[in-house]
Amino acid sequence: METVTEHDKYVVIRNQGTVRLIEIPTIPYNLFLAEVLSLLEDNNNHCVTYYAFPFRERLKFICCVANDSNGDIMVLSHEQPLRKGIQLISMVSSCYALHVYEREISENFGVEFINSPWDKPLRYAFNRADRKKTINTYPFYRIHGNELHEVGVGPIHAGVIEPGHFRFLCNGETVLHLEIQLGWQHRGVEDTYLRKTSLLQRTVLSESIAADTAVGHATAFATLIESMADIRINDRLMIERTIGLELERIAMHIGDLSNLCIGLAYQLGASVFGALRTPTINYSQLWCGNRFGKGLIRVGGSHYPLNHTLVESLKKFLKDFERRFSTMANRTFALPSVLMRIENIGTVTKTQMELIGAVGMAARMTGVARDLRKSHPFSAYTLVPYEPVLGVTTGDVWARAALRRIEIEKSIAYIHLLLNRLETTESVAPPANQSDVKLMPDSLTVSLVEAWRGEICHSAVTDQKGQIIHYKVKDPSQHNWMALALSLRDLEISDFPINNKSYNLSYCGHDL
Amino acid sequence: MFFDELTILKQHGKQFIPDISKPELPGPFKGRPEISEMKVDEEALAALCPTSAIGKYPISIDMGKCVMCGECEFAYPGKIKFTKDYKIATNVRERLVVKEGEVNPITLDPSRIRDEIQSLFGRSLKLREISAAGANADEAELNACGNVNFDMGRYGIEFLASPRHCDGIVITGPISENMAEALQVCYDAVPSPKLIILVGSDAISGGIHSGSRALDRSFLEKYLVDLYVPGNPPHPLTFVNGVLELIRSKKR
Repeated sequence: METVTEHDKYVVIRNQGTVRLIEIPTIPYNLFLAEVLSLLEDNNNHCVTYYAFPFRERLKFICCVANDSNGDIMVLSHEQPLRKGIQLISMVSSCYALHVYEREISENFGVEFINSPWDKPLRYAFNRADRKKTINTYPFYRIHGNELHEVGVGPIHAGVIEPGHFRFLCNGETVLHLEIQLGWQHRGVEDTYLRKTSLLQRTVLSESIAADTAVGHATAFATLIESMADIRINDRLMIERTIGLELERIAMHIGDLSNLCIGLAYQLGASVFGALRTPTINYSQLWCGNRFGKGLIRVGGSHYPLNHTLVESLKKFLKDFERRFSTMANRTFALPSVLMRIENIGTVTKTQMELIGAVGMAARMTGVARDLRKSHPFSAYTLVPYEPVLGVTTGDVWARAALRRIEIEKSIAYIHLLLNRLETTESVAPPANQSDVKLMPDSLTVSLVEAWRGEICHSAVTDQKGQIIHYKVKDPSQHNWMALALSLRDLEISDFPINNKSYNLSYCGHDL
Repeated sequence: MFFDELTILKQHGKQFIPDISKPELPGPFKGRPEISEMKVDEEALAALCPTSAIGKYPISIDMGKCVMCGECEFAYPGKIKFTKDYKIATNVRERLVVKEGEVNPITLDPSRIRDEIQSLFGRSLKLREISAAGANADEAELNACGNVNFDMGRYGIEFLASPRHCDGIVITGPISENMAEALQVCYDAVPSPKLIILVGSDAISGGIHSGSRALDRSFLEKYLVDLYVPGNPPHPLTFVNGVLELIRSKKR
């Protein structure tokens, strides 16, 4: 799986592949820029991560471009002497999707990207280059005129949700532009990966990057370490992890349908979808003791083998769930009072989603065929092929709701396929002495996981002793927040809550 | 159409838990731990814990720091056992530290509950939740407290939007530097007398994020905390039972 192909400007790896740093060509920035942009001109390619880190008194840039049709990941690199006032030409005007990465590099290292259309700090990280810029004093976009006004919401919102600030620029009730301000949730996660060095600490940390995606992020971490430490895991463990991922998807999608119904004031849907979430996460508790799947994913093994009794109760749960879900979903999606609130509301186009580099559901609901389970398979998706849900293409609130419904049905069917393959091998416990897990020195790994929100990318770099010197996390929401802003254009401001719920993006995943 | 809805109602039946203090939780749920007096390598056991929740000589577990990963139980099965007892909220920080040989339930100290809490809030408690860098599990479980299963609204406990309509705040998350000002502003907006409830190991101790320079936990140094609800995240039953004990115990 970790085959490395030589190329004079980049090295090619596969998902969860590890490459020696020395094998990644370091090229001057003008070549780096030209090559990245030329790769990204191809619609089959998208950038899965682009970051910089201090490396031997230099600032090393790593950009990973994934090809969605052949599964390759091109790794490009560039270095600069580490100093104040680095100036580089921005790539954002040619490829909007890169804005989150450039803003992060600029914020963290004070790099000035010339001609950058938007150099706003991404998250006001504690170790940012300019501490004088603070989250509470950011100058938002302004609008002036007799009939124009601004509405500010947050960081604390009406409901029990995470903090973020939304600034609406409005003409009467119509939103002209929504600016989203994030960073309130910044906990210094990437720094903590370097501070807390035991495997268990890092696993627990991965589970709390975005705890509603605990299984997704923990899987990205565990597979990354297994690649770097050359630990082979058996089919059974891969299948168990993938069942965990699909159960997480069902639990979150059903919860989102419930929240959307709350936004629509459709009480029956809100209560019933909410009630259906309970047995879903209770199954997770039955399996591993935690309703969010924390503890389920461990490097190299599992404490909670999916034994015969658990398989039987899973089948029973899915059967009951399917029956109750289908009646409620049929009713909801046929109800005119629901449909009139979600059809043609908050529409975004396929072109827009390609431009901003949307991933996961936010991409698929406009017809962008982007799904790592198919393009860069990992865990059991390598054993049992998965076909992404396409065919929902309208890009409105309805599309986001309908996609969830179909993905729930698809996940249930896929779990049954996985269960048929389960009885192949014995389960293994995680290595008892975790300090025995040694990582390959002077290497880089990229681990991609399609979690319920979309593409998670974890990447790590080790030094000559095999210690992690840089850990990079990318949550799908990092790209997808811009989709919410685009949905709001020319929309009534009162439609914001259902749009926000229809995306349900992660604040903490973005802020890290 | 009408029959569709009857079918839906029939399929779901009654969803609420009749007595919130009674249900038994399924699976390997991790609640209050019990630590035996078996001899083990205490240094190695303490070093195992990802959040330094395990104290030595004698062995103890600080539930305010514990992230319920259960690794200590896997490594030292005869020494540590997590029971399914989910009633682990208390108003005394020290009571969250479970020591070797202790098997008593964790309770609130009624003498430390301010009189006005029970007289004013015993039948109606409105709370403003503040997620201060919470990772959305604690928040999701607090939302679940109000769903059709746990239905804490029947006890008059509810989360509201405006702090001015509330009787206290609930904090989740390790409190990031970026949220410190908003937290203070929101707390100040709640009329007195008011409560502070910390939910989850992140809020109580910083959890796995403790020691991060991105946090600013100075708010907690200024005020008395009325209730600690440990867990990662706390189960809705832990929260609801804890709050009920806080606002009603003296009357019972």
